[in-house]
Amino acid sequence: MFDYLEYIRERNFPHIWCSGCGDGIVLKSLIRSIKKLGIPKDEAVMVAGIGCSSRTPGYLDINTLHTTHGRAIAFATGVKLANPRLHVIVVTGDGDATAIGGNHYIHGARRNIDLTVLLYNNYIYGMTGGQVSPTTPRGKNASTAPFGNLEPSFNISGLAQAAGASFVALGDVYHVQQLDKLITAALSKKGFSVVEILSPCPTAYGRRNKLANPVDLMNWLKDNVVQKDKLDKMAEDEKVGKIASGILWDVEKPEFSAEYDKLIERLKAEKRSAE
Amino acid sequence: MPSSPTGKIVMMQGNDACAEGAIWAGCRFFAGYPITPSSEIAEYLVRKLPRIGGKFIQMEDEIAAMGAVIGASLTGAKALTATSGPGFSLKQENLGHAVMAEVPCVVVDVQRGGPSTGTPTLPAQMDMQQARWGSHGDHGVIALTASSAQEMFEQTIQAFNFAETYMTPVILLFDEIVGHMTERMVLPERASVKIVNRKQPTVSPDEYLPYEKTKDDIPVLANFGTGYRYNVTGLCHDETGFPTNDAKKIETNILHLTEKIERHRREIMRWKTFGLDDAEVCIFAYGGVARSAKRAVKECREAGMKVGLFEPTTIWPFPSEEILDIAGRVKSFVCVEMNLGQMAREVELAAKCKAEIHRVNRVDGDPITPNQIIDKVKELV
Repeated sequence: MFDYLEYIRERNFPHIWCSGCGDGIVLKSLIRSIKKLGIPKDEAVMVAGIGCSSRTPGYLDINTLHTTHGRAIAFATGVKLANPRLHVIVVTGDGDATAIGGNHYIHGARRNIDLTVLLYNNYIYGMTGGQVSPTTPRGKNASTAPFGNLEPSFNISGLAQAAGASFVALGDVYHVQQLDKLITAALSKKGFSVVEILSPCPTAYGRRNKLANPVDLMNWLKDNVVQKDKLDKMAEDEKVGKIASGILWDVEKPEFSAEYDKLIERLKAEKRSAE
Repeated sequence: MPSSPTGKIVMMQGNDACAEGAIWAGCRFFAGYPITPSSEIAEYLVRKLPRIGGKFIQMEDEIAAMGAVIGASLTGAKALTATSGPGFSLKQENLGHAVMAEVPCVVVDVQRGGPSTGTPTLPAQMDMQQARWGSHGDHGVIALTASSAQEMFEQTIQAFNFAETYMTPVILLFDEIVGHMTERMVLPERASVKIVNRKQPTVSPDEYLPYEKTKDDIPVLANFGTGYRYNVTGLCHDETGFPTNDAKKIETNILHLTEKIERHRREIMRWKTFGLDDAEVCIFAYGGVARSAKRAVKECREAGMKVGLFEPTTIWPFPSEEILDIAGRVKSFVCVEMNLGQMAREVELAAKCKAEIHRVNRVDGDPITPNQIIDKVKELV
């Protein structure tokens, strides 16, 4: 039996998440990944923005920093650059990271600073009661899209890849064994790593879109999230509505905080040789 | 710090003096975004910091720069950002986070005219009240001014010392006149400069409470990565650092953010006077304007007028008791500012009708001249 108590802050339970929410599943997956990699709790930092997923820091017994809406990656950049020894994990949501925090998201990726970004996508602003977000599918309902969403949605994994991230993956809260592997791989990667995690919200999204039953949402994930290599082999008509999961992008490129440390060493060497 | 220190005489621009002061204070992290008239601070530090093991980063926007500064500070780094009015507006969001989470850091605002993009290359003092009330919610603020390159150097060191002592962001309200003025200054003997470093816990991690009520009302925040795992949040929180909805604990949290500054105002408050002892008219001026005011006092004195200068170098908290004391001795105040009387309002409140309040204001981007001040004084004497 895996001992989760070693990693959680029991005093803060029960958690604030609704019944049927997937965010607790991600928390456990993350804990298993941290344990598997043997990352010391004292050297791990979680930085979160604002929203349902961003309340995760309260439950995890590491160094935790709950910031302002959309700004987690900016704060995390300061933590990592100031002390590159620390493992910095960012927890954020679709609204937090790609609407109000969109600028930090793309520039974190461009800079390729070593952060592991767990981007929970629940297709909605859950904490504030179900307003439309940049990932709400076109035509779906939200409290601020009562006639159906007129706007196209973001491909947020693709956005990270295009902006320069060195690792991009997509997982979900139904395919949990895969999620463990993806989070572990992202934590191991030196560079800006994003795991988009589909964690649909029964309360604020499902109820408005005929998916109020968490079991229906889980079945929806089961039926529609398909591993990328399997999806690639499917016929075109079978691919409609399916979402590719797994590691979508994984490249080696210079990491910012390490490059900065190299600069410091280079300047030191220049000074020594000048003396 | 002595006002005429002994040491190495140099010519320095105010903004460079600020950056050099930051390094002397122990600043090892800068995050910023380009903005006139403060960019020289970034351009100075980008060259210096990596040579002494420090870190510099130009962020994607002003908001991000403030966020990065807070993140860096939580690892123990003394962290700085620098901006001007429009950027200062953007920083208010995360400045509030630093206030709430009690994270020490220093924010420089080299003021230009506004609102909006206003006058990027011209001096003004229009952010004085923004520094006090720009971020939402009730809280105490420490903000300092400077009227020379020497003072920009010294006040930057002071700002870091206050930040580390009181675990709060400290704002440096400079202006374009001083920021872009190159003049003689003295780099003091290192040993003569007092540097304060934030406290670290002395208890074991099991006993540690980050926001525990201490004797001096200042929390002890462990640097991330040192074995004290705790939570930092912009939500109202209790002594554990975790969010709370308990009414009593919310009240304790909010009152503390004002009271911790108020309680230490005697140590934080600094000002300079010139010719004030027997004055009938007190000129109130700060920043670049105080230089014109000092000249005006000299000329008025030569003409036999009893005029003196009060120059607050700590502008927030406001020196209300000192103003009230002076109000009992002078006939009138002349508040000279490159805004429409942002601090004159505070003087008026503090003086409690014991002296007349007059104003000399200028908002056209030109500096206030000594003659403008002298003309006003002549009307009064």
